[in-house]
Amino acid sequence: MAALTGLERVSGTVTRRPKAWRGVVFALAAAYFLVPLGTSVWYTIYTPTAGVSLSAYGELLTADGFVRSLSLSLGLAVATIAVVLLLALPAMLAVRLFAPGLRVVMEVLCTLPLVVPPITFVAGIGTSLRNGTEVLAPTPFWATLIAVQDPAFPVVLVLAYVVLVLPFVYRSLDAGLRTMDVRTLVEAARNLGASWPYVLVRVIVPNLRSALASASFLTLALVLGEYTVASLLGYEPFAVWIVTVSGSKGQLSVAVSILSLLLIWLLLLAVSTVFGRKKGK
Amino acid sequence: MTRTRSRGWLGALPLLAFFAFVFGVPAVALVAGAFTAQGRPSLANLTQSLQGGYLTAMIGSVKLSAVVALLGAVLGTFLAQAVVASRGTLLREAVLTASGVLANFGGVPLAFFWIATLGNSGVISGLVGLPSGSLYTFWGLVVVYLYFSVPLMVLVMAPALDGLRPQWREAAASSGATSWHYWRFVALPVLAPAMLGGVVLLFGSSFSAYATANAMVGTVVPLVTLKIASALTGDVLIGYENIALALSLDMVVVAGLVMAIYLPLQRRTSRWLH
Repeated sequence: MAALTGLERVSGTVTRRPKAWRGVVFALAAAYFLVPLGTSVWYTIYTPTAGVSLSAYGELLTADGFVRSLSLSLGLAVATIAVVLLLALPAMLAVRLFAPGLRVVMEVLCTLPLVVPPITFVAGIGTSLRNGTEVLAPTPFWATLIAVQDPAFPVVLVLAYVVLVLPFVYRSLDAGLRTMDVRTLVEAARNLGASWPYVLVRVIVPNLRSALASASFLTLALVLGEYTVASLLGYEPFAVWIVTVSGSKGQLSVAVSILSLLLIWLLLLAVSTVFGRKKGK
Repeated sequence: MTRTRSRGWLGALPLLAFFAFVFGVPAVALVAGAFTAQGRPSLANLTQSLQGGYLTAMIGSVKLSAVVALLGAVLGTFLAQAVVASRGTLLREAVLTASGVLANFGGVPLAFFWIATLGNSGVISGLVGLPSGSLYTFWGLVVVYLYFSVPLMVLVMAPALDGLRPQWREAAASSGATSWHYWRFVALPVLAPAMLGGVVLLFGSSFSAYATANAMVGTVVPLVTLKIASALTGDVLIGYENIALALSLDMVVVAGLVMAIYLPLQRRTSRWLH
């Protein structure tokens, strides 16, 4: 891989012909991508009557429901991260160490959520919940089903999000596991008398730290921005709330968009810093 | 042997059980509902989902996704080549980081962004005198969807373009090939799997997009995701839920067919470029 990177640089200097088209491409791309960004910022801070002001951003932070919806989203994100890591990590380790035959099954499972558009998944979940409520009405499971749909903390969203983020978490962890010799590490630790939980917590997890972090950040980004599933099931986490609150107020809604772009940028920055640090080691 | 195998199952079992329940139950409910009308097994929903307004919406979605995928692939490849060929490390880093951010920027915020720019009271539409409602059309959606599709294509193509060995170009040049010959007979065939993979990825992300379209056009442009949502939320008559399920099944079939092209291609990409 390092040799390949060296060669690319050579290619850059060998082809030293003047390339006007490159300048044109960059100019067009810059216009297309930066103009909406600039105009959106301008739109939020300038009104012909009040001049330049940051009131749209202030209004957003003090709007009713800001804390409630954001804490709901963060809570959902934390629960999703915990569940998806607890399910995916042992499964991936077990497949790697004991059952390579299951690998294909895992790959298929972790690709399926990418093939199925989220809106069709919601259609299926909604139907299951409705039918489930009818079928389970006489049994004790009915109460569980209702509790799962509690608007204060909809567990059903956590379940749906775990499925939706599984492909990304799988890729992340798979990339992390590739960089270490899992079998040797585990066998060495086991031979020295370490118990399975000890191996997992003190040997595997420290080596996978950056992969786990990037999986968590990707999950956080996805859950914070998820709109389709939450809105169609009738819940109001952050992404749905901003639409409700800014519906009729133009400036506020665009301010929200700029903040969410900043948030994505910060999260990606966090992911790349975690990975960058690992490379430096 | 049996002990290790049982351990493998033990570790994987929670995930498999979770998946079978959370993904399997809705999938079964979806298929069962799609084939049920008035409590009886029937093909009525599926037939209806492929007629009239529903068919128009499906065709609209496929057309929109195809146009966005092709345009995004071409523009994204050009941008990626410009980035890969440029000598400035800073420029390269900036474009790739921005691509990473913008490829993940979708949903409702994306719609608001463009409404502020080219919407009826947008900043630019006022300056250039854009006719009212121009953004809320098929081509308006194409312009908006390209905002995340082009960066996505850059992310797909940049590593592939980086993998083109300079020796190939030199070998072609010393055999008398022009730049056109090199691209037509050497580079493009090597890049083709990655490009087609990118097209499929772009198609899929536009095809399943709902939030952006919902915030922008409402029902002005017929799209299948909007039809499913309105049937699900009961904007229309009761009893249309099963139509929503039939439409969802149609969508899964289309997305599955497109993905079936992608997966074998992904494997072929790695033959030359690693």
